[in-house]
Amino acid sequence: MMELYAKIIAIGLGFAQGLFGPALGAALFTLVKTSVLIMLIVAPLLGAVAYLTLLERKVIGYMQVRIGPNRVGPLGLLQPIADGIKLVFKEIIIPSGADKFLFVLAPVITLTVAMAAWAVVPFNKGVVLANIDAGLLYVMAITSMGVYGIIVAGWASNSKYAFLGAMRAAAQIVAYEIAMGFALVCVLMVSHSLNLSDIVNGQAKGHFADIGLNFLSWNWLPLAPMLLVYFISGVAETQRAPFDLAEGESEIVGFHVEYSGMLFGVFSMGEYANMILVATLTTIMFFGGWAAPLDSAIFNAIPGFIWLFAKVLCVLFLFLWFRATFPRYRYDQIMRLGWKVFIPLTIVWLVLIAAWMQTPFSIWR
Amino acid sequence: MNIEGVLFYFFAAILLLSALRVITARNPVHAALFLVLAFSTASAIWMLLRAEFLAIVLVLVYVGAVMVLFLFVVMMLDINLDRLREGFWSYLPLGATVGLLMVVEMVLVLGGKYFGLEHLPNPADPGAGYSNTKELGRLLYTDYVYAFELAAVILLVAIVAAIALTLRGRKDSKHQDPAKQVMVKRADRVRLVSMPSEKKEN
Repeated sequence: MMELYAKIIAIGLGFAQGLFGPALGAALFTLVKTSVLIMLIVAPLLGAVAYLTLLERKVIGYMQVRIGPNRVGPLGLLQPIADGIKLVFKEIIIPSGADKFLFVLAPVITLTVAMAAWAVVPFNKGVVLANIDAGLLYVMAITSMGVYGIIVAGWASNSKYAFLGAMRAAAQIVAYEIAMGFALVCVLMVSHSLNLSDIVNGQAKGHFADIGLNFLSWNWLPLAPMLLVYFISGVAETQRAPFDLAEGESEIVGFHVEYSGMLFGVFSMGEYANMILVATLTTIMFFGGWAAPLDSAIFNAIPGFIWLFAKVLCVLFLFLWFRATFPRYRYDQIMRLGWKVFIPLTIVWLVLIAAWMQTPFSIWR
Repeated sequence: MNIEGVLFYFFAAILLLSALRVITARNPVHAALFLVLAFSTASAIWMLLRAEFLAIVLVLVYVGAVMVLFLFVVMMLDINLDRLREGFWSYLPLGATVGLLMVVEMVLVLGGKYFGLEHLPNPADPGAGYSNTKELGRLLYTDYVYAFELAAVILLVAIVAAIALTLRGRKDSKHQDPAKQVMVKRADRVRLVSMPSEKKEN
């Protein structure tokens, strides 16, 4: 697989350099290669986003003793496509007095940010678009820009309800970002690296990995409280139930109340893409990424990216399960959980881990 | 011109235009969003200088945190442009002085060859595999550890001061205590009464 890829790259580079000269050819080839690789990540991601909506409706349906969508195509498998066509042909209404440019820009920001973070996500050993040293920092920086989509949407709608919803959502995201950041700081401390591939590789070492029980060496065990904080913060960041009062479709209105048609659809796609991103990052940080849970011949024969997808699917299932299980939080309780519970907890655990790493009992050497 | 040069002029043009729009945009929200664009582009230029840690931290701190709070404030303000123009002439001397100082500083930096700055050698190429995250961390926590921690303490004092200035413990405000609400048990709220069934009297 890797040899084939290297061969294709070499042929393409030679072709481009023969056509445009050495310097310009190499630059143009890099541009084309990167664009193709980006397409290879984004296209399956958009497919996953579409089918995650179907999975959500099916899973919640079964949890509520219903069948869920089953009319469009076999088992309702064409439902996401029908939804997409419906949204595309709906009228986009822009409220009077709205800031037209920003009104259209806001959903684009949300989706772009959700996509851009995938640049540094490793799918398998060495399979990553940009293997940069500051990968974790990049993910944090990019996801922290997601809040602009919400604020701009609320402001540009020229509506009090949308504006108040945007304020609520933005305050919630800012609160949970801090706890999330601290949880990730613990991960980077024990990994000695900000590079996501190194973080995955670092989890394959340790006492349990030596005796073949890989899954006990992953970060979830020593950093269990951080896993909880990170995942719950991730649910809050993506505005999913039980923290979904940014949209709160049943009783309160949120920042995208004025949006219709495909503009609303793009917001929705951003939300689901963010869910997949948080699930993937949780897998990479705490569940060993593409690594097999046991060091045995059968498990190692399965390619790494299948392990990654399986783990991501399990984490995504939790998102859907939460939605069918928990009642929505009250706003003051959300704020209390973020500021008064998670942030002190993460700071204490950070100091604990730092102290642990300095003792002879440190397991991260 | 090589690729890096093309990228630099591309980002520099966006940076200058967006910075210009920050001070010329009539709508303060637009101005703040142009400032966000300026920060992001500046970060891209830092990336060209191989300062990837600083570039990403610029986005994380200024775009992700500072400007969000800034936008919060700007959006809530009902800004009257005529009222803002009133003070123009009284602020002009101070603004002009600051502007002049900045022009002088830029002349000193950009016209370096007239002031003998070209004798400074270019920094050596650190080569591949050089992590400036690691180097920055090493410097901050060894050579500059006191200055670094002092800065942290000053920021902490600022946080505490801001809270202390705005915190008023109002006696008459009613609020719920979520901790108590979370800890509540069924026995505190519901009392089951055992009642024998009674016969209907006719």
